[in-house]
Amino acid sequence: MRLPLHRIAHSRAGDKGNHSNISLFAYQPEYFGLLIEQVTEERVAALFAARRPTSVRRYLLPNLHGMNFVLENALDGGVNDSLNLDMHGKSLSFLLLGLEVTVPDALVLRNHDGNVETISRLCR
Amino acid sequence: MNSAREDYLVGCAAGGSGDRVDAAAPVVATLIKRNRPAALIFENLAERTLALAQLAKRANPNAGYEPLLDEELRPILGDCLRHGITIVSNFGAANPRGAAAHILRLAAELGLPRPRVAVVEGDDLSNPQGEALLRPFLPPEYAGRAFVSANAYQGAIPIAEALNGGAQVVVTGRVADPSLTLGPALAHFGWARDDWDRLAGATMAGHLLECGAQATGGYFADPGFKDVPDLPRVGYPIAEIGADGSCVLTKPHDTGGLVDVRTVKEQLLYEVHDPAAYITPDVVADITAAEVSQVAAHRVRLSGVRGHPRTPTLKALAFFEGGWLGEAEISYAGRNAEARARLAMDVVRSRMGSGIKLRFDLIGVLSIHGDDEGSMLDAHAPGDARDVRLRVAVKHDDSREIDRMLREVYSLWLCGPAGGGGVRTSKRLRLSSAACLVPREGAPARWRFVE
Repeated sequence: MRLPLHRIAHSRAGDKGNHSNISLFAYQPEYFGLLIEQVTEERVAALFAARRPTSVRRYLLPNLHGMNFVLENALDGGVNDSLNLDMHGKSLSFLLLGLEVTVPDALVLRNHDGNVETISRLCR
Repeated sequence: MNSAREDYLVGCAAGGSGDRVDAAAPVVATLIKRNRPAALIFENLAERTLALAQLAKRANPNAGYEPLLDEELRPILGDCLRHGITIVSNFGAANPRGAAAHILRLAAELGLPRPRVAVVEGDDLSNPQGEALLRPFLPPEYAGRAFVSANAYQGAIPIAEALNGGAQVVVTGRVADPSLTLGPALAHFGWARDDWDRLAGATMAGHLLECGAQATGGYFADPGFKDVPDLPRVGYPIAEIGADGSCVLTKPHDTGGLVDVRTVKEQLLYEVHDPAAYITPDVVADITAAEVSQVAAHRVRLSGVRGHPRTPTLKALAFFEGGWLGEAEISYAGRNAEARARLAMDVVRSRMGSGIKLRFDLIGVLSIHGDDEGSMLDAHAPGDARDVRLRVAVKHDDSREIDRMLREVYSLWLCGPAGGGGVRTSKRLRLSSAACLVPREGAPARWRFVE
């Protein structure tokens, strides 16, 4: 099943100068493997192509079931130079969470109506 | 020095300049209740805050420190001094001595015994010698830009020395944010200066604290996916730092917010690049083997942080005159609104000509995810949005070019598409920043008591 990352992972964006870092964490450990397979540097670079980053680097943090993307020179100059209303690029975490991934049916949880249950609800 | 084995508590009451001034009272109440050695930190300096403070100091030599200093400290200064809670903050900004004098005045006004207030200095590189030190290390595109100010990021050691010297309040200018926490932890535990694992552990505790509520449910809620209880009353974080440098992160009793593995993991990586090398003036921290675990409700342990020797350089951030920024907006609503907003955009683009770079946003269609070049908006097929605000932004060294754009948007009221309303315009000077590394010897830190 194709799902947006938003259903299975959470994310936070931060800035240092003109560089953005966007973390991504699987809500459940079983999703971490598919994040590694499908949320690659290449796909993230394509998703953020309009930002023209000079490099996109992914760092894995297996203990945290997470990863960290560093997009260099992706903020149109950053907080002091960009013309964007969001000059820090804080909203970019939710651009990443729009990326679609394929989740094996065995890992998709459905509620009694047959709709896909959001994972965060289950782990509350 | 204190070799106590018990945990040392550090609470954080601000994660930036202009943060909530009612955050400190619940943190201090909890620290008092716990009745253990403790410090309270305020982190008040984002990247550009200090440049603005430098300009404020130029306009008024008595200004240039945190404008909300009085409101931050007034509710809790007496309690902290009475209960031996150390206060450490970068609220000195461009004028630590001015902030220290303000604290002494405040203590006198409140009828408190005169506190021992220390300032940490040596970070300010805004004079011609500082500019000369930095120029060789700065990117070449700043060669022709007018220098405004610069500061080097100092570390925890001068803070720890001031506290071991008897300071009750330590006021700094620019220090690395996690050093505000490592400083008092270092003073308390008496760790060796090259005990890299412990220094790195407490540094990452400081990293969790430095953005205030961002570790306790702030900057986190996503309704239906990541829900946060009682967000309006979010409690600010407290770290219980152990003698081994690990910590448990928690928050005050009777506050809103959330401390769980998700809030802590998000903050752990916030503004981190290579997780194997998070560089501060004190240590190079490595979180690749770190573990984050829930030990009780609103209590999360961070352990397994490793440290490597500190680097021979300090980061410095320099600011330059950045020209003018102009912004103007107008709204279109109801039937065919998006088409009218797009026509307004075309009118402004045509009137301004191709010699000037403009940014357009169609708020309600596509705005903050777009890029300054407009490539994302260009690729976005026109739709039928019914509530659209056109925003035009431009930067230029010549303020007359800014005025020309603002007038073009203003005149849309009369000459643009039907039904345009709510024009707002603004124009302000900007500062550009550039980071570089300088040899430590170029910006030696020093501390002194304020008489």
